Amino acid sequence: MDSRFDSPDAVRSRLRDVDYLSDDAIAGVVFLADRLGKPILVEGPAGTGKTQLAKSVAEILGARLIRLQCYEGLDESKALYEWNYKKQLLRIQAERNNESTWEDIETDIFSDEFLLTRPLLEAIRSDDPVVLLIDEVDRVEIETEALLLEILSDYQVSIPELGTITAKQIPMVFLTSNNTRELSEALKRRCLFLHIDYPDMEREKEIVLTRVPEITDNLADQVTRIVRSIRQLELKKSPSVSETIDWARTLLMLGIESITEADAIDTLNILLKYQSDITRATKELSADTTQRRPGVPRTS
Amino acid sequence: MTIAEPSQSSMLDLLTGFILELRAAGLPVSLTENLDAMNAITHIPIEDRNAFKYALAATLVKNNAHWRAFETVFEVYFSLRGPAYSLGGGDEPLDLDDDDTAANPEAAGAGSGGGGGEALTPEQMAEMLFKALQQGDNAMLRALARQAVTRYAGMEPGRPVGGTYYLYRTLRNLDLDNVLEQLMSQAKEQAPAPLTPLEERLEQDEFQSRVDKLKQEIESEIRRRLVADRGVEAMAKTLRKPLPEDVDFMHASRDELMGLRKAIYPLTRKLAVRLARKRRHGRKGPLDFRNTVRHSLSYGGVPADPKFRYPRPAKPEIFVIADISGSVAAFARFTLQLVHAISGQFSRVRSFVFIDGIDEVTRFFEGVEDISLAIHRVNTEADVVWVDGHSDYGHAFEVFWDKYGREISPKTTILILGDARNNYHSSQSWVIKEMSKKARHVYWLNPEPKAYWDTGDSIVGEYGAHCDGTYECRNLRQLEKFVEVLE
Repeated sequence: MDSRFDSPDAVRSRLRDVDYLSDDAIAGVVFLADRLGKPILVEGPAGTGKTQLAKSVAEILGARLIRLQCYEGLDESKALYEWNYKKQLLRIQAERNNESTWEDIETDIFSDEFLLTRPLLEAIRSDDPVVLLIDEVDRVEIETEALLLEILSDYQVSIPELGTITAKQIPMVFLTSNNTRELSEALKRRCLFLHIDYPDMEREKEIVLTRVPEITDNLADQVTRIVRSIRQLELKKSPSVSETIDWARTLLMLGIESITEADAIDTLNILLKYQSDITRATKELSADTTQRRPGVPRTS
Repeated sequence: MTIAEPSQSSMLDLLTGFILELRAAGLPVSLTENLDAMNAITHIPIEDRNAFKYALAATLVKNNAHWRAFETVFEVYFSLRGPAYSLGGGDEPLDLDDDDTAANPEAAGAGSGGGGGEALTPEQMAEMLFKALQQGDNAMLRALARQAVTRYAGMEPGRPVGGTYYLYRTLRNLDLDNVLEQLMSQAKEQAPAPLTPLEERLEQDEFQSRVDKLKQEIESEIRRRLVADRGVEAMAKTLRKPLPEDVDFMHASRDELMGLRKAIYPLTRKLAVRLARKRRHGRKGPLDFRNTVRHSLSYGGVPADPKFRYPRPAKPEIFVIADISGSVAAFARFTLQLVHAISGQFSRVRSFVFIDGIDEVTRFFEGVEDISLAIHRVNTEADVVWVDGHSDYGHAFEVFWDKYGREISPKTTILILGDARNNYHSSQSWVIKEMSKKARHVYWLNPEPKAYWDTGDSIVGEYGAHCDGTYECRNLRQLEKFVEVLE
C-alpha cells in the first residue's frame, strides 16, 4: 500500500496547513496509523479537538469523511447495512405472474441492488479515498462494539447472503471516546491509542492565534495564561480548548485589549459551565495570592 | 531502516525487557500489542526519541491512567546513558557545553565567570538558578539541575538508598520555596505599576510551573544516574508503583492521594452512566393490558403484539455508616465522596460517621455542589467523639439503632465502612442482625486485606455473619466493582 505520509514531521506540517496544530504525539500516531494500517482510538476530555483531528486529516488527504455517530441502541441496520425489504417485496410481486423459480427470485432479491449501505459498509466499498470517523464510540453498549471488530481488524464486512466484502483501499479510521465507560479489550487491542489532553500553554496560544486571527499577541498570551491558572483549580469541568477560543473571540468583540480582573470575572461564564465552578474561579482569581499559599508569607 | 544488524538484536532484547517490566507494573500488554509495538518501531527513525516513545505508547498503553507508569519505565529503559551520568567524580565541572544543552553561560547572562572549568560557589549557583528561573531558560535549568544533583545529592555508587532520599537532599539545599518568594517580590518591584491580584496570580503560576519543571529535571537526573549505577532492571523494580486504581487507600502517600482524588471524578461519571443504563435495560415491566388490547385491534382482535409497561424499578435508599478514625479515614472519605457523587442514582443518600460516638452528616452534603468541601466539614464539624476518640463500633451501632433504627425501611440499603477493629469493646452485633431484618441489604466494606480480618481486635467476622456480604475494598478498582453490585 502506498503510504500517505513521509514522516511524523510531514503530518505535522500538513496538519498545520489546514490550521490544525498538532503535537509530537498526535503527528506520530497519525503517521503510524497510516503505516501500520490500523485505526486510531482517540480519547480525552471534551473539546480538545478529537473530532476535528479526523476532519482535518480528511481535509489534507482530500478524502471524503464518513461519519458514524454512535448512540445507545445503535444496531447493525444503522451501522453496517440493511436489506431494502420494500423493494424486495415489490420485486417478488412483480415476479408473481412470470414463471420464474424460487431460486431465481431468491438470488435476485439478495443482490447488490437491494442492499442499503450504512456508514461502515460505505467506507469499505468506496473507490475514492475516505476517512471513517466513528464518533463517541463509548455511547454504544458493550455488545454492539462487537459489530465494529471485523471492520477494524480486517477491513471487511461479512453479509450472510452475499459473502464477504473486502475494502478496496484501507481507509484511515478514527474512533473517539469521552471515556464514559471502559471500552472492551478486544476493541482497544485493535487500535492505536491516542490521548489528547489540554495543550500546554505555548501550543494553546498558537491555537488561539490561528483560530482567532484578529487577536493581538498580547491578548492571546493573557488568555492562555488565565486559562492555565483556571485549569489548575479542582473543577467539575475544566475549560476546553474550544471554550478558550470562544472566550478569546468574546473578548475581542467586546473590544478588550488587556484583561482586567473585572473583565475576566464578567466573562467567566463562557469558559465555565457550572455555577459552582464559576463561583470558585471568581474567588480564586480575585483572591490575594499571598493568602492562597500558606507557605508564602505576606510581603508588605 | 537505519538500524545496524547487531544493534537490532540488542534492541529486541531491550524491548522484551521493557515489555516484561510494563507487565510487572500492572499494565495489561497482550501478545498482539507486543507484536504491534515491534512492528511500529520499524517505521520510525530510531534516533527520533519522541517519535519512538509515542510509537511505543500508542501500541502498548491503552488507558491514560497508565501513562505515568509507562513514562517511568520508559525513562529507565531508554534514558540517555553515557559517561556524563556516572557517579565517579563528585566535583564534576558545570558541563554547560554538553551537546543536548546548547546553552552558554555568557549568553544566559550569568556572568559569573564560572562556566568554563572550575566549580561554582554555592552563591554563584543560586544566583544562576534564580536568573534561569526568572527568564524561563529551559536549557540552563537542565544544566543547573544536573549540577545541583552532582553537588548536593551526595550520590555514591552501590549505596542502597532510594531516589527519594537523593531528591530530598538536593531540594533541601536549593530551598526552592524561598527562591519562589524572592522571584515574586522582585517581579513586584520591577513592575511599572503595582500588580493587581490577577496579574500577581498569573505571575506566580508562571514561576511555579518553572520551578516544577526544575524539580522534574532534578528527579529524572537522579533517576538516570541511579540507572547507570544499578542497572536497568533493578532500578525499574525499585521505581515500580501501583497504578492509580490499585493504590491502597490505607497506605497511600500524599501524591497518591492527589492522584486518587483526580481519578474519582471520571469514575463517578462512569458509574452513574452504568447504573442508569442497568436500570433502564435488562428487564421488562409487567404486561400492559390496556395497551395490548388496543394494539390487538389492528390484528383483528388477536393480541399478537403484547405491550409491556415501561420498567420503573424503585431506586434504593442508601445509608452509609462510616468509621472515620485515623487508620481508615482515607477510605471513608473516598467512599462517601463516591456515593454522594452518584446520589442521583438513588432515591436518597444519608450518611453517618462515627468513631466512638455517631453523628448524621447528610446535612453537610445537601445543596452543596462541591463534595470535597462537604467532606472537609465532615472531618472538622461532625460530633463523633464520645469518650476517648478510639473506635468503638459497639457503642456507635447501639446509638445508631436508638436514634435512627426506626427509619430503616425495606427499601434501604445499608453500607457499613470500617476495619471492625473495635479495641476489644463489646461488639453489639445484635444491631447488625436487627438491621438486616429490616433493611433490603446490609453490606460491610473493609479496607483491610482479607488476610488480616479477624486478627487482633478485628471482629469483622462477627458482624459479617449478619450482613448480606462483606467486601474487601482496598483500592478504587475494588470499590468500583462493589458499586455495581448496588441496587
